[in-house]
Amino acid sequence: MAGSKEIRTKIKSVKNTQKITKAMEMVAASKMRKAQDRMKAARPYGEKIRNVAAHMAQAHPEFSHPFLEQRENVKRVGVVVVTSDKGLCGGLNTNLLRQVTQFFKASEARGAKVCATALGNKGFGFMNRANVPVVSHAIGLGDTPHLERLIGPIKVLLDQFAAGEVDEVHLAYTRFINTMKQEPVVEQLLPLPKQKLQGESKQGASWDYIYEPAGPEVIAQLLVRYVEALVYQAVAENIASEQSARMVAMKAASDNAGSVIGELQLIYNKSRQAAITKELSEIVGGAAAV
Amino acid sequence: MATIHVDVVSAEEHIFSGEAQFVVLPGEEGELGIYPRHTPLLTRIRPGTVRVKLANGGEEEFVFVSGGILEVQPDMVTVLADTAIRGHDLDEAKATEAKRAAEEALQNRTGDVDYARASGELAVAMAQLAAIGKLRKNRA
Repeated sequence: MAGSKEIRTKIKSVKNTQKITKAMEMVAASKMRKAQDRMKAARPYGEKIRNVAAHMAQAHPEFSHPFLEQRENVKRVGVVVVTSDKGLCGGLNTNLLRQVTQFFKASEARGAKVCATALGNKGFGFMNRANVPVVSHAIGLGDTPHLERLIGPIKVLLDQFAAGEVDEVHLAYTRFINTMKQEPVVEQLLPLPKQKLQGESKQGASWDYIYEPAGPEVIAQLLVRYVEALVYQAVAENIASEQSARMVAMKAASDNAGSVIGELQLIYNKSRQAAITKELSEIVGGAAAV
Repeated sequence: MATIHVDVVSAEEHIFSGEAQFVVLPGEEGELGIYPRHTPLLTRIRPGTVRVKLANGGEEEFVFVSGGILEVQPDMVTVLADTAIRGHDLDEAKATEAKRAAEEALQNRTGDVDYARASGELAVAMAQLAAIGKLRKNRA
């Protein structure tokens, strides 16, 4: 049996670890609430834009934009990979990156090359290790994501798409379902899937907007904003997922530390008792000898 | 009295929502005054102030927007505001910066993640510089 002093030190160190994981759990819980609010705040914008674009598509059947046209021959696929910057959040990034790797394999099987835009440190590191060309990245986004930081990296991919260097753009992030459940998803961003653009239309198809300046110009800007809003939404959702995954992971870690402490305490008590018994029997044995 | 529903939203937050008698917006081709039952209109707006005359009491509410897109329907006005300072050149600068950072990171792939972080920070700094320069030019 190990010496009681060693066990005591061990218990102390596990207790310290438990304090840290508890603190991280509580921090993550409070950040999660804020992240969820931000995620919800981003929704109306996307919905509004989608309704306008849907109407536009209805009112002008002849209208088309490169972002809306499916390309038959897909030679190169771009993926926007949204991950967290920090670790210690359970399997969040691992699960997403596994999904992304599968997607890469599937794309290569179709005969398409891949490239990536990495949003978040973990994904950036992974793409570099996996030898996937990273066309742009943004790392250290922090707890409050700002669209401003995302515009540049996204534009690189959008420009390549418009120029025909990239034929499809996908978006990979962890969707927030609830506190206990997050789901890694890879969804198509460009060309915009048709069913995504079917919003409600209240007044039939017999009306149209007045456009200032020209219709196509406004719509082009609208579509870029829409794509950016989608990516922003993904980043916001990823942060909510990250915080709740971290909260759950840290709760599990604290619980495990608790059970380890319990076991160690038991061993400590047993060894202490054994030592006392031994001493007592020595004294009794000594007295009997005299 | 007829009123019109006004929503000012940005990608990051919901800025303003309420009923109004009258709205003034900085349209790209001039100031726009919108009364209820306006014909549908879709236009870009410049950075500026949105003045909303509220339905009850007629008090005025001012909301600053840094540009964006305006959608008008007979019974509602939606401002899709930009959160960031936008402009074609500025967007271009950001994209070039992002590209450069990515290329640099590619060349220094052996370097650790700290380097990547540093270059990311550099990109931010450059973008901010560009924005400041742009602002100065606009003011002058």
